[in-house]
Amino acid sequence: MTTITFDAGRIEPATRSAGLVATAATVAGRSVRKFVRTPQLLVISTITGAMFLLIFRYVFGGAVETGPVPYVAFLVPGYVVTSVLFTGSNVSSGVAEDLEQGFTDRLRSLPVSRTALMAGRVLAETGLLALGLAVTTAIGFVVGFRPEGTAVEALLAFGLCIVFGFALMWMFVLIGLVAGNAQAAQGMSLLVFPLSFVSSAFVPVDTMPGWMQPIAEHQPITVMTNAVRSLALGDPALAGLSGSTAHWVVLSLAWSVAIVALFAPLAVLRYRRS
Amino acid sequence: MRHHTSPPIIEARGLTKRFGDVQALAGLDLVAEPGQVVAVLGPNGAGKTTFVRSLATLVQPDDGTLRVAGVDAVRHPEQVRRVIGLAGQFAAVEEAMTGRENLHMVARLFGHSRRRAAVNATTVLAQLGLTDAADRLVRTYSGGMRRRLDLGASLVGAPRLLLLDEPTTGLDPRSRNELWEAIRRLVAAGTDVLLTTQYLDEADQLAHRVVIVDKGRVIADGTPGELKSRAGRDVIEVRAHRSSDLPALAGALAAVGVEGPRVHAGTSRVTVPVDGGRTVIAAAVRAVDALGVDVDDIGLRRPTLDEVFLALTGEPIEPIDRDGDDDGASSSAGAAGQSTDADHHHDDHATIAERAEPVGVH
Repeated sequence: MTTITFDAGRIEPATRSAGLVATAATVAGRSVRKFVRTPQLLVISTITGAMFLLIFRYVFGGAVETGPVPYVAFLVPGYVVTSVLFTGSNVSSGVAEDLEQGFTDRLRSLPVSRTALMAGRVLAETGLLALGLAVTTAIGFVVGFRPEGTAVEALLAFGLCIVFGFALMWMFVLIGLVAGNAQAAQGMSLLVFPLSFVSSAFVPVDTMPGWMQPIAEHQPITVMTNAVRSLALGDPALAGLSGSTAHWVVLSLAWSVAIVALFAPLAVLRYRRS
Repeated sequence: MRHHTSPPIIEARGLTKRFGDVQALAGLDLVAEPGQVVAVLGPNGAGKTTFVRSLATLVQPDDGTLRVAGVDAVRHPEQVRRVIGLAGQFAAVEEAMTGRENLHMVARLFGHSRRRAAVNATTVLAQLGLTDAADRLVRTYSGGMRRRLDLGASLVGAPRLLLLDEPTTGLDPRSRNELWEAIRRLVAAGTDVLLTTQYLDEADQLAHRVVIVDKGRVIADGTPGELKSRAGRDVIEVRAHRSSDLPALAGALAAVGVEGPRVHAGTSRVTVPVDGGRTVIAAAVRAVDALGVDVDDIGLRRPTLDEVFLALTGEPIEPIDRDGDDDGASSSAGAAGQSTDADHHHDDHATIAERAEPVGVH
């Protein structure tokens, strides 16, 4: 039988509100703990990631003509970029689950900035994404990928993926908030498939039908892949690209900024809306 | 009249809220002075949750005014959030963290320093009897423990007003009692509480004041005792050994009741509202005895929410025709003025009746 005593001390009310940084750090701490203490998530996503990389590398790879560079050198940059999308779709489910289970209501009933609550979540998820991308890249190395550019270029490529991940995280949070439950969020995350495959991530765009090419060439995943690939190969021409590396990097950063500018306010608005 | 020194902890006037086709709140008025435990009682869809969510600043009313501790909840939601603690229908705690970590997190978000958050978390864990489980992951907790932790999470900020939305729904009786006990202690320590419930006995156990809500409006308001005496009579309930005896039992009980008896064929029971409290039970026992029929149980009990509700509104809680096993059997007793409508929602009735507090011989 549980005994309940009320003499253990008095609870004092707080004299001030939690600051923005403390708020963000507190909710970020929760996301990180959840990730660390649910190792099956990490294991499953790593295995899935490795499996698809192996399939592309060894099953489809032989049939894809990538010009002067071997397919593995072409594939891994695109593969790392698209894993941003697949990781992000899990974030949508997590956000929707919080909404469904009343956790979001608890947070929203607290005297803290709702923007800070969201920012904490997005930053934590971006940090965890970086970890996942590092694992994916490592698997890329195992199957024979070697960056041809300088170490600085390689790091820049990795950093670019994280920036892009941060931007898209707002979109995935918004999807989770709009979906309202984990299943619906998973369903809405299916948009990840056309985004990843109708792009330059896995195959050169010029083999696609004429009507599809303009879409594939200009959508953000392609731009991001081209930037990362240019940096990884050390020369955009090797990836069959016109334009300098700087061109692709700037363009991909512009896309990142645009994505944040669109989705961050929408997500915050949706989160604040009662 | 309002005191200038201490405004009502809750002041809702003409509150309305519509979600699409559903009018969740339809001019709800409720004023609660500090130092009270108010239970908002009503069936599913009555607007209870919407009201709590408005108080918690999670829902913005379409119209009307809503003040919490004198602060306008629509204009200054951030100030209201400093005053309230919310525990919803779900245990909104993180499974992958320990009980202590959960409370620490919420305390930090309330604005406490790390040290103070740790102290508060320890205090609340002790208050809720979770000290032994404090450093275990919540995913190992039972449902009752999660709810208590959830209650704790709404306490670490030392709120003036605690909002509990159906705090015990889905809990087993023992966990329910433990949670009730915890809530009573809080009340004794001076926290104002507004809770919603579907159970009359829960309101009875915890609240000084019961507000019955239906279709987004307050339909009755008073102490639990007042409401019962105003709106519901005590009920004699007899459980037949053989259901074939039900019509005869109903006939015999018609004489002691002030209204016609109701037959609940599905559960082999006859109920009849009575006046005169405990003295009528003897008359009922004699009547059944004279009939020479075997009964499994006979008792006097307080009216259930169904019965109070029926008396207040003239209609049952859920006027939905279900394929209940009572249908068609309910009018077989032939007693005058016999009611049949309560039997259309036999499922609810049975659930609530089992929870009702027996006050006579059982």
